[in-house]
Amino acid sequence: MSIDLIIYLLGGLTIGSALMVIISKHPVRSVLYLILTFFLISANYIMLNAQFVAIVNIIVYAGAIMVLFLFVLMLLNLSKENEPKTSLLVKVSALISGSLLLLVLLAVFKDASFLSIENEVSNPNHGLVQNLGKLLFTKYVLPFEVSSILFIAAMVGAVLLAKRDKNIIE
Amino acid sequence: MTNSSYSDYFPILIQAGVALGFVLAVLWVTHFLGPRLKSKVKNSNWECGIESDGNARFPVSIRYFMAAILFVLFDVEVIFFYPYAVNFKELELEGLYAVILFVAFFLTGFFYVLKKGALEWEK
Amino acid sequence: MILEKLILATIIFGISLFIAMYATYLERKVAAWLQDRVGPDRAGPYGLLQPLADGAKMFLKEDFIPTNADKWLFIMGPGIAMFTALMTSAIIPWGTDLVLFGRTIALQVADFNIGILYIMGVLSIGVYGIMIGGWASNNKYSLFGAIRASSQMISYELAMGITVITIVMMTGSLSLRDITNAQHGMNWNVFYQPLAFIVFLICSLAELNRAPFDMAECESELIGGYHTEYGSMKLGFYLFAEYISMFISSAIISILFFGGYNFPGMDAFSGNVLAILGVAALFMKIVFFIFVIMWIRWTLPRFRYDQLMHLGWKSLIPISLINMLITGLVIAFKNGWFNS
Repeated sequence: MSIDLIIYLLGGLTIGSALMVIISKHPVRSVLYLILTFFLISANYIMLNAQFVAIVNIIVYAGAIMVLFLFVLMLLNLSKENEPKTSLLVKVSALISGSLLLLVLLAVFKDASFLSIENEVSNPNHGLVQNLGKLLFTKYVLPFEVSSILFIAAMVGAVLLAKRDKNIIE
Repeated sequence: MTNSSYSDYFPILIQAGVALGFVLAVLWVTHFLGPRLKSKVKNSNWECGIESDGNARFPVSIRYFMAAILFVLFDVEVIFFYPYAVNFKELELEGLYAVILFVAFFLTGFFYVLKKGALEWEK
Repeated sequence: MILEKLILATIIFGISLFIAMYATYLERKVAAWLQDRVGPDRAGPYGLLQPLADGAKMFLKEDFIPTNADKWLFIMGPGIAMFTALMTSAIIPWGTDLVLFGRTIALQVADFNIGILYIMGVLSIGVYGIMIGGWASNNKYSLFGAIRASSQMISYELAMGITVITIVMMTGSLSLRDITNAQHGMNWNVFYQPLAFIVFLICSLAELNRAPFDMAECESELIGGYHTEYGSMKLGFYLFAEYISMFISSAIISILFFGGYNFPGMDAFSGNVLAILGVAALFMKIVFFIFVIMWIRWTLPRFRYDQLMHLGWKSLIPISLINMLITGLVIAFKNGWFNS
């Protein structure tokens, strides 16, 4: 089996399961398809030899963020009666904004050149943990530290939101 | 191991195949073994023998959500330590200072969360 | 090559199942011993056939699905639990290379350089088996069991991740084989990182949902917890997955802190003899830790849920972070980075 075939197969599967996320009616199933999609994306990363990104994708997205999604979906009231009704206006505006985004994406892809990407991955070992760590802690050490401030901001946000709702729940 | 390629990961597929095969085979086989009796009462949920009231789709305490949200944030921060730990001995002091600063930010956030009582479970 | 890996994967799968089966027997015998009882002794000599009898019983029970459960998710839950439990054994180095019929066979299904992260990844996926099963049952007790279990597992994953980092800092590699080889002979990590070992052991117990952290299935509050509605082999999968995870966790504790297949005086041997002795040493350590986990279960009472969360978040995370910083500083001093 050639590598190209594997990559096309994986890409097709990824797009297929991503479509299932949108198509399936049941929200919990959508999330499960999304988890599957993350796994397939990780497989794609491995084919690109970006192993650290692949496993972090599984740990953080499939293992942490999707747990949060499932928590929210499973523990909120999801019975048929109190499903929010979407009005026609919302549907139309969603359609318009969606098609606008599609237009923008199409325009971007039309002008994108794929040659520049090949130059970037000329070193096949770029995605290994060792090389990634070296880059992260020498060249990109400032963004790394700034990201920790971003985390504090996120924590403050989460805590404040939870505090506001506390009276309602208890 | 400095060199590595995707072919290292094929054994994982094999392992997954063996595991998945076992799981599906056993679930399929047990479906046909064993007795099968159906009745309305028997097929309802068992909740201590009391007739169940409504279904189990209800909101729960926000603390569980808090734990999940904070887990996502801290998990990403913990992940950042791995590339550092691998290169720890080569980066020497520069890397150590960078990580100490990062841990300081981590702990700032952590103690803020504790101080605000987001992780208080009794009350 | 592929055939070789397939055979190895199947053998390890068989061994995992065998150990998990006899761990159920051992659990009952240990419980009996600690409580001054006899334990199972009817099926076969010393009750040794008891696990087989239990397994056959599981197979022959009714495959029950409650009416108002989500059918497919209800079936998927135990399937995912079992699948994730079986996936972790892939990267465990069971011994040094074995030479058979002129071929060198690595006693490890897959060796890649993010080994320990792979374990963390599979661990984080393990939550879904419990969560999906508990929710799909549409039973209030199952739901609470599932929420408790998943909340607890994600909370302890953090401290576990940080303790693993201290080990990686000492070794400089994420590959489990490199970590094992760095502990040659008696040079085990536990002597340098006793605190990390204790934190890791506590976290493993919490990840396994074992006593004293088995709030997810505490019978006094939640009937059977997340698997209240399950029967037949689906229940069997949940119980079995727990014992397989116990086996794998013991293996990981042995590898990270107790030298894996290394044993004192190993330099006197070489080749296949060393490989076989190494496997034996690793399995002795594994059985010892399985026993320790059982010993803890039958000794300590169950924690309360708020105590559990406080221990995980407020004690273990700061302790392991500080341990990590101290490790970094000590190594920095030892290597003389501060002198220049």
